[in-house]
Amino acid sequence: MSSTLDVVLTASFWAATLRICAPLLFGTLGELICERAGVLNLGIEGIMTAGALSGWLTVYYGADLWTGVCVAALVGAIFGLLHGFLTVPLGLSQHVTGIGISLLGASLSYFSFRLLIASTATPTIKPFSAVRVPLLADIPLVGPVLFEQSPLVYLAFSLAIAVSYILYRTPLGLAVRMVGENAMAADAQGVSVVGIRMAAVVVGSAIMAIGGAFLTLSAFNAFFVNLVNGRGWICIALVVFSSWKPARAIVASLFFASLEALQIRLQQGSGGLPYQFFLMLPYLLSIVALIAVARRVSGPQSLMVPFRRGER
Amino acid sequence: MNVQVAPVEGSVGIRRPALRISSVCKRFGSLIANDDVSFTLEAGQVLALLGENGAGKTTLMNILFGHYVADSGAIEIGGASLSPGSPQAALRAGIGMVHQHFALADNLSVAENIIIGTESLLLPWHRAKAKEKILDIARRYGLALDPDALVRDISVGERQRVEIVKALYRDARILVLDEPTAVLTPQEAEALFATLRILVSNGVAVIFISHKLREVLSVADKIIVMRQGKVVAERRASETSREELAELMVGRKVAFPDRKPVSVGPAVLRLDGIVLRQGGNRPHVLDGVNLEVRQHEILGIAGIAGNGQAALADIACGVLAPSEGLIHLSGDPVRSDPSEFVKRGVARIPEDRHATGLIPDMSVWENVVAERYRSEAFAVAGLQRVGAARKYAELVIAQFDVRGAAPNTSAKQLSGGNMQKLILGRTLLQDPGVIVATQPTRGLDIGAVAYVHRKLLEARDRGAGILLISEDIDELFSLSDRIAVMFRGSLSSPVRTETLSLQELGLRMAGQNSTGGR
Repeated sequence: MSSTLDVVLTASFWAATLRICAPLLFGTLGELICERAGVLNLGIEGIMTAGALSGWLTVYYGADLWTGVCVAALVGAIFGLLHGFLTVPLGLSQHVTGIGISLLGASLSYFSFRLLIASTATPTIKPFSAVRVPLLADIPLVGPVLFEQSPLVYLAFSLAIAVSYILYRTPLGLAVRMVGENAMAADAQGVSVVGIRMAAVVVGSAIMAIGGAFLTLSAFNAFFVNLVNGRGWICIALVVFSSWKPARAIVASLFFASLEALQIRLQQGSGGLPYQFFLMLPYLLSIVALIAVARRVSGPQSLMVPFRRGER
Repeated sequence: MNVQVAPVEGSVGIRRPALRISSVCKRFGSLIANDDVSFTLEAGQVLALLGENGAGKTTLMNILFGHYVADSGAIEIGGASLSPGSPQAALRAGIGMVHQHFALADNLSVAENIIIGTESLLLPWHRAKAKEKILDIARRYGLALDPDALVRDISVGERQRVEIVKALYRDARILVLDEPTAVLTPQEAEALFATLRILVSNGVAVIFISHKLREVLSVADKIIVMRQGKVVAERRASETSREELAELMVGRKVAFPDRKPVSVGPAVLRLDGIVLRQGGNRPHVLDGVNLEVRQHEILGIAGIAGNGQAALADIACGVLAPSEGLIHLSGDPVRSDPSEFVKRGVARIPEDRHATGLIPDMSVWENVVAERYRSEAFAVAGLQRVGAARKYAELVIAQFDVRGAAPNTSAKQLSGGNMQKLILGRTLLQDPGVIVATQPTRGLDIGAVAYVHRKLLEARDRGAGILLISEDIDELFSLSDRIAVMFRGSLSSPVRTETLSLQELGLRMAGQNSTGGR
């Protein structure tokens, strides 16, 4: 047990936690925006994969890293537009549509990757390098953890604060929450339910896709099959774990990321126990945490309720 | 979404009607909901729309508010025509609507619910100014509310005040209230009427939808009576009477049934020492309840909501198992199992038609066999006998006069009164020995109330024992042979209705039991 404590007290452990946290935070925020407006977006896994590939390809073909991020967001937005169109104006089942989008996004990405990159070796790109924030990075222990990270890490955390501000402090945010709570009531007050929901799904999907792009542009430098590896599904659980609140989304994704970072370090130092046990650990503990937390929370009241005017 | 509406003229100048509805027609499939409806409303006037459930009042208001589009006809507001099918246009024209089922988001604050839709989405908002305006409106019209409270934490009366303030916040000139007193206590209703009087004196026009004759007569200037989608009469409140309005509404004289004395038989339902505990050290929901319902008898259970009546009803029809105590049906002890109770002839008329009475999204025939779909009559070798079920549904529809229903109609399309007839029909056609009826006429209009009462009395005369749990004191007095009172999970010993005074009942309901008083 003391070895676990030693691991947790190192700066490198916390720096790794933030790195692992960033893509999860993007995904969680994206999903949270969709769900606050009343649309479950199960397409997240596929949208993250599509974002990962499109961002990476853009950079691979010579554009700079930020262009890659923007292209990933755009591709995410297009998938969001598709999911939104099917679930909002057409009112199709959000589960079925979401799973369809997820399969489409992932399969299309792997297919395009194979078409475009013929070599069996895994080509890499030059990823985002860490940006040292002057002065702040020199603070002992905290400095290297918080202020010597990839710019996308800063973006993820700033985004969480921005989403929180917009949701709770602007009329736009109120409209999003109202549409997710009681679409009929919002409609009766002249808020365009379809417009708000479509916008939320498009923006949310774009943010998820940036989460995917983080993996290729800042973490692995390459694209490969099964790259996203269930992070999208974890984000859906993290939204519940964070009670649909952006500020708590930071806590939730940090919690999961820290378990993941710990798990990697325990694997290295363990004698005897099979490594699969450690791989399992974050998921197992997340389920325990969900049971403890999620029983008390209630989500947006109109989540997964399609809106049709005039229906009793 | 981008609908333009002609500007509404100011109230100064020539006196134009605030609202003119001309020849509005609306059909839903084969049902004619509104048939050539026309009337006008002046500023500073209260117009009551009176009619039974399904007469087309709510449909008309939904057309006015842009939730539905009329098939034909026109609506003018202050002389300008209102573009159909757009709530935004209706709001901009100054129509405010307080729906029967409130359009509020429970997890948002009162202020947020009021402000929504009034500010530009992209600009930062003025919270303080908005709150100031809300409090100002609240003060001016005597509508007490706390802008920062969450809607889920406030009472039904307060929610209604939020809805009214929401309309006034947008400077509504025409306020529509759909069955506003259905959910209010008498004191809250009185406060609402006071608010309406202030509104009217400020030049607001009010449309008051109701089927409660006494209220309509006291609050309205003009009364429009609707029946089966048509306007059948227009009266000034000062020139009509309850009797006339009742007859116009129903289309015939309403005969309220009489309870004829019948000699009672043996006990059909007996509860012995029923205790229902809840977790922790909170008080018991039911604390040693004993009761006996005999053949040819209606036992009324009075009490203020939340004193254990719902649990008692669930236990009496086997849905809930008591923590302690025994249940006997016709002398045999039974274990709590709803399907066993149904087989033994216990009919259930639940409190909430939408939640536990019917399955709104399923069809009428499916609902009609819901309690007995596996019985021999409706199933053979694991296959549903759909033909037999449909035939049974048609029988229920015909014998219990369920309007607007065919076997394939989905139950949610029925009005409240017709849903209740469907529930009555499916159980009463089985000639049950025990009927557990909870609030059987809540939210129904006079025609439907008289109908339900007559059917219950008929069942009693045929030999059923009825446990009638109600918060409506008039109902209890007119139907019950004996009345007992629930208070904090305990049941008083029943008293013969003839020997019970209203005053004594009121005292018992407030928990002041005059011991041994008969």
